[in-house]
Amino acid sequence: MALFKRLAGLDRASVPFTLDGQAVTGLVGDTLLVAVLTCAEHLRGSDFSAQARAGFCLMGACQDCWVRLGDDRRVRACATPLEAGMQVDREPGRRS
Amino acid sequence: MNAVVIVGAGPAGIRAAQTLAAHGLRPCLVDEALQGGGQVYRRAPGNFQRPASQLYGFEARKAGAVHQALDALRGQIDYRPDTLVWNAEDGYLHTLNQQRVGTVKYDRLLIATGATDRILPVPGWTLPGAYSLGAAQIALKAQGCAIGEQVVFAGSGPLLYLVAYQYAKAGARVLAVLDSSPFAAQVAALPRLLRQPLTLAKGLYYRGWLTAHGIAVHQGAHLVRVDGERRVEAVTWQQGGKRHTLACDGLAFAHALRSETQLADLLGCAFAWSALNRAWLPSRDPAGRSSVPGVYLAGDGAGIMGADAAEMAGERAALALLEDLGVAIDAGRGAHLQRQLARIQGFRAGLEDAFPFPEDWARQAPDELMLCRCEEVSVGEVRGVVAQGHTDINRVKAHCRVGMGRCQGRMCGSATVEIIAQAAACPPQDVGRLRAQAPIKPLPFGVEVQP
Repeated sequence: MALFKRLAGLDRASVPFTLDGQAVTGLVGDTLLVAVLTCAEHLRGSDFSAQARAGFCLMGACQDCWVRLGDDRRVRACATPLEAGMQVDREPGRRS
Repeated sequence: MNAVVIVGAGPAGIRAAQTLAAHGLRPCLVDEALQGGGQVYRRAPGNFQRPASQLYGFEARKAGAVHQALDALRGQIDYRPDTLVWNAEDGYLHTLNQQRVGTVKYDRLLIATGATDRILPVPGWTLPGAYSLGAAQIALKAQGCAIGEQVVFAGSGPLLYLVAYQYAKAGARVLAVLDSSPFAAQVAALPRLLRQPLTLAKGLYYRGWLTAHGIAVHQGAHLVRVDGERRVEAVTWQQGGKRHTLACDGLAFAHALRSETQLADLLGCAFAWSALNRAWLPSRDPAGRSSVPGVYLAGDGAGIMGADAAEMAGERAALALLEDLGVAIDAGRGAHLQRQLARIQGFRAGLEDAFPFPEDWARQAPDELMLCRCEEVSVGEVRGVVAQGHTDINRVKAHCRVGMGRCQGRMCGSATVEIIAQAAACPPQDVGRLRAQAPIKPLPFGVEVQP
């Protein structure tokens, strides 16, 4: 299930990427956050309880949308443009 | 040498850059975002064909003008998008761009770092589907998305009605607007709000439009909690002692905005308590000079006044900077801008009356409420530290890690001040302010150092 709902700009070309190894698609111009949350419900697990988190501020301040990319980079999903072939992995978080 | 650097390419930073360039300077404009405009005039990606009027509503002309001003400056300024400033000291900014750290030297610095939503959390606020009002607006404006299929808007402030209106207009299902401020407060604030009749008219329009389209607007309505297993499934709210539960899958909430003041703090600028903003803010003279020579402040990062004021303050601070450099400026222009800013300040006071801070939020907050979403620190833990006799927010942070996580208190700081003040029975200014620490935003491991 998706968290976000697309309302506009639906006529853009699709962009393939993988989410936790599964093939999915976003649209050209998506941020990683939008690309993931239009096909899934969360972005990461929290550091102390592994609770699902899906970002909060969308402006690079809350740091609650970090995901890991195939090249081992960790990026804020809200501030990173989607690129074709990206391997996005969601970290499960930790239980303290 | 006179290296002039501006941090932040929102309305304040862009107008400052334009003013400096018009006087023959070539400022460096550093911005964390990929595209200029700030959060208020955030641009959709280039391939995203939507008319500006649809993205920004009434503000389309202003947004367009700010974007065009930046576009026209290419070639006249050293514009560095996608560049995070994570530290400032001794005439250098420390930056991060594309996994590479570097420095930018400055002789004079204009800080225009803007604001984020002011958040007063409720239980369940970390569930997927719960976002700040600004976040909900960015999802729509910059990405054409709604944060859910059925969305509730809560909190207070002008953004509450604006974003609810924008969502409904874009075709999202808006279930309700829960405004914590009582209707009587808005009526009482009318005389001061009339200082800016156009802005007032827009506010009334959004509200009227929502009501006319059958969207429930509840006043004096306080969010109590967000329910859901793995995502938002319902919200509970309270009005006049009665509780209501509403099924939904998206919630956007905030109580106005808070300033991003970390760079001014790192540079040693003097701060003063602002009762209007309910926050410690870097002091500035009416032109925008901070207490530190060569450091200037403009826009919402120095106190919340909105986008129109940010444009004026950016220009005014740039004129002050030029004056201090000995460049001839039009003194009448500076005085004119200051008069306009003073008028907006009066309106801002009216807005505060119309959307009063919910003073009883802290008293209502249950011990189990997770206050700090980074470190998962509860209200009860903070109250426990206060009970041991600690009331300075930095001491409280040292004891229970509230505000110590990745966001450095941006999301929980304002609320933590309220919890400490309530527990210690002291005014919020006595709690102090969270000290900024470099890096002011997280740096990834393995960054490269620019030669």
